[in-house]
Formats: sequence, C-alpha cells, structure tokens
Amino acid sequence: MVVIAFLSTAFIEVARSVPMITVLFVASIMFPFFVPEGVEVDKLLRTIIAVSLFAGAYMAEVIRGGLQAVEPGQYEASAAMGHGYWQSMRFIILPQALRISIPAIVNLFIGFFKDTTLVLVIGLFDLLNMVLSATSDPKWLGFEVEGYVFAAAVYFIFCFSMGHYSRRLEAKQKQR
Amino acid sequence: MQTQNTAQSNDVLLEARNLNKFYGPFHALEDVSMELKKGDIKVICGPSGSGKSTLIRCMNFLEIPEQGDVIFKGEKVEDSAKSLRALRSQMCMVFQSFNLYPHLTILENCTLAPIWVNKTPRKEAEEQAMHHLERVKIANQANKYPSQLSGGQQQRVAIARGLTMNPEVILFDEPTSALDPEMIKEVLDVMISLGNSGQSMVCVTHEMGFAREVADSVTFMADGQIIETGNPDEFFTNPKTDRAKDFLSHVL
Repeated sequence: MVVIAFLSTAFIEVARSVPMITVLFVASIMFPFFVPEGVEVDKLLRTIIAVSLFAGAYMAEVIRGGLQAVEPGQYEASAAMGHGYWQSMRFIILPQALRISIPAIVNLFIGFFKDTTLVLVIGLFDLLNMVLSATSDPKWLGFEVEGYVFAAAVYFIFCFSMGHYSRRLEAKQKQR
Repeated sequence: MQTQNTAQSNDVLLEARNLNKFYGPFHALEDVSMELKKGDIKVICGPSGSGKSTLIRCMNFLEIPEQGDVIFKGEKVEDSAKSLRALRSQMCMVFQSFNLYPHLTILENCTLAPIWVNKTPRKEAEEQAMHHLERVKIANQANKYPSQLSGGQQQRVAIARGLTMNPEVILFDEPTSALDPEMIKEVLDVMISLGNSGQSMVCVTHEMGFAREVADSVTFMADGQIIETGNPDEFFTNPKTDRAKDFLSHVL
C-alpha cells in the first residue's frame, strides 16, 4: 500500500511538473529508441496513451481535492455503520467526492480538449491542423476565413456545451 | 466461584479497561475504565474538553486508544478490519452532526448498511427500515433527502439508521447539542422510548433531565478522568466530589 502510494505520488508530481509538449515529444520521438528493434506502436496510439497518462495525473489531483472536501463525519458514519474501505468509498464517499469535483473535472476536460491542438508539433493532425493544411489546397483558395471560423465554431460548441452541462449538473446537485 | 465469574462477565456487554489516549502531548484519556451491563443506559457528562466524546469514540474504535482494551461481549477488540467489522455491525453511533448520507434518500440511508454489511435482501431491508422509521415517527418522509428535513428529524433518521443494524449498544455522542431547543424534545423522546424497550445505550449528553429520568448510571468526567460514577438519584442530589458539585451547579 505504501509502495503504491509512493509510486502514485511520484508519477503525479513528475507528470505535473513537465510541460505537455515534452510528453508529446517523448511519446513520438524518444519512445521508439527504448523499445526493441521490430516492435512498432502506432504513433497516434502512443500519443493517446501519453496524453491520457498526463491528464490522469491532473485528474488524480482533482479527485483528491474532492475526497478531502467530503466531510470527515461521512467517513466516520460509514465506518461506524460497519462498512469497510471499499464499500464506504463506493457508496458513500466517492459519490459525494465526484459531485464536488464536477466543476474542476469539466474545467480540466475543456483545457485538455483545447490542448489537443498541440499534437501539431509532432506532426499529427487534429481539427485545427486539418484546416491549416487545407488552406494550402488551391481548391480552398479564398475560403481560409470560413475554414478557421468553422474550426472556431466547433471548438466553441464543444467547450460551451461541456461548461453548460457542468452547470446543469451542479444545479441539479444543489437541489438536494 | 467460577460460575459466578462467568455470570458476571456475561452480564457486562461492553467494557473499557484502563484506556489512555493522547493527542500529541495532550493526555485526552487517563486510565479510564467503565462498563456497561446489558439493557443499561449509561450517561456520561462533564465539561467540554473532559474527554467524554473521546471515550465514547474509543468504544467503537473511531479513535484508537494508545493503551488499554475495549472488551465487547467478552472479546477484546483488535484494531483489525475483521474485528472492527464484527464490533461495528453490532454497535451503532449517533453523532452530534447527524452525518446522514446527503446524496441518498432517507430510506436508502437506512438500507445501505443492512444490504451491504449484513447481506439482507433489499426488500426485507426496506421493510425493516420502514419499521424503524415508523418507530422514530418519520416514515412519511422516507423518500426525501436529508437536507429537506429539520435537524430533529435528521437526528431521528440517524437513530433509525442505527437501529436497522439491530445493535446491541447504541452510542450517542451529544445527539442533541446541534439542535434548536424546540427539536431537542422529539429526539429525547425517541431515546427514552428506546431505553424503555431495553436497548443498551451509552449517551454523552448535557441533557441532565434525560439522565435523571432514564439513566441507570451516570459517569462524570473531567480532564480526561472519570471523577465519579453513581446512580442518577445519588449523583444529582448528593454528588461526592467538589468537581461534580461545581459542574452540577452550572448545568442544573
């Protein structure tokens, strides 16, 4: 248990103290040097795994904050009623901790959603980079603005809906 | 002699032996011993900071005493998951701040532990929960959430939640201290009716009227020590120690 806790803390601290671009470079350029000859992992898959782990470190901190915000009395009440650690987490603590964390989780989602455009630096194409490369296509000549506006609209709709959904969840939670 | 000993130890449901508890340099409990007989109601009173809450929380190991033993039904309680589960499924606690689960309905609050700790089938657990909610006169609110109820109602639900585990002992940790005056009585009434039905209870409380009416024994604590223990008539009319006299002159 102590070992797991130490490894988790170490991972979170390292991941949070490294810029996302570094993580992307490690996944796309450094990683192939460390695997044996012949083994090949798809670049997109490598990037997805790296970004997931990176985001996971931030998410872990958000959830920790939620766990600490649950009243100590809730831990005591569930223990006094005879629930063990896993039961008390599953039925009593986590449902409350996650609800408390909703705004921070959505905030994180929006941030990482926008950060995905950074994959440009390792030569992957996301929506924005697609538009960027499309503008060099002669067929698109004169429609650059429309392309960018479309990309902006997509980002706005996604981020706005996420924010809105979070606010609705919060309002629903407040009714209780 | 031998048989007499066993009879005596069977009679004692819960016992604390020479408990010591420290918070850093602060000695919160100093060599505290007490026992509770089956069916008895024990009231623990004393000024704030006297260690009475610490004592009752040591009984179900929410606080782990550094020295001393807690003996429940003749068995020493160990600080292990198994021992604690066995202890806590037969002993419930009512807190000053209710500590109901705010994300669950009243009924769900009362069925969670029976279903998952005692493995009672859901339907049966719900029937029992409704029975206990009726006992505390709050069955009509079963589908509401705790925040929709008044403090007194919440505390009665907390008592019902404990009763669903059919506990041998109920520990009350200042159950009325967070309540508005007009709500204290409804909670005390429930506690009195429980006591009259033979439920064993340990109550940390400032409600001296309650202590006088139903307690089988009163324990007075100050500065982490038990100063005196006696039956309520004796304690209230003729306290033996100056410390107790002084305390009573302030609260009565």
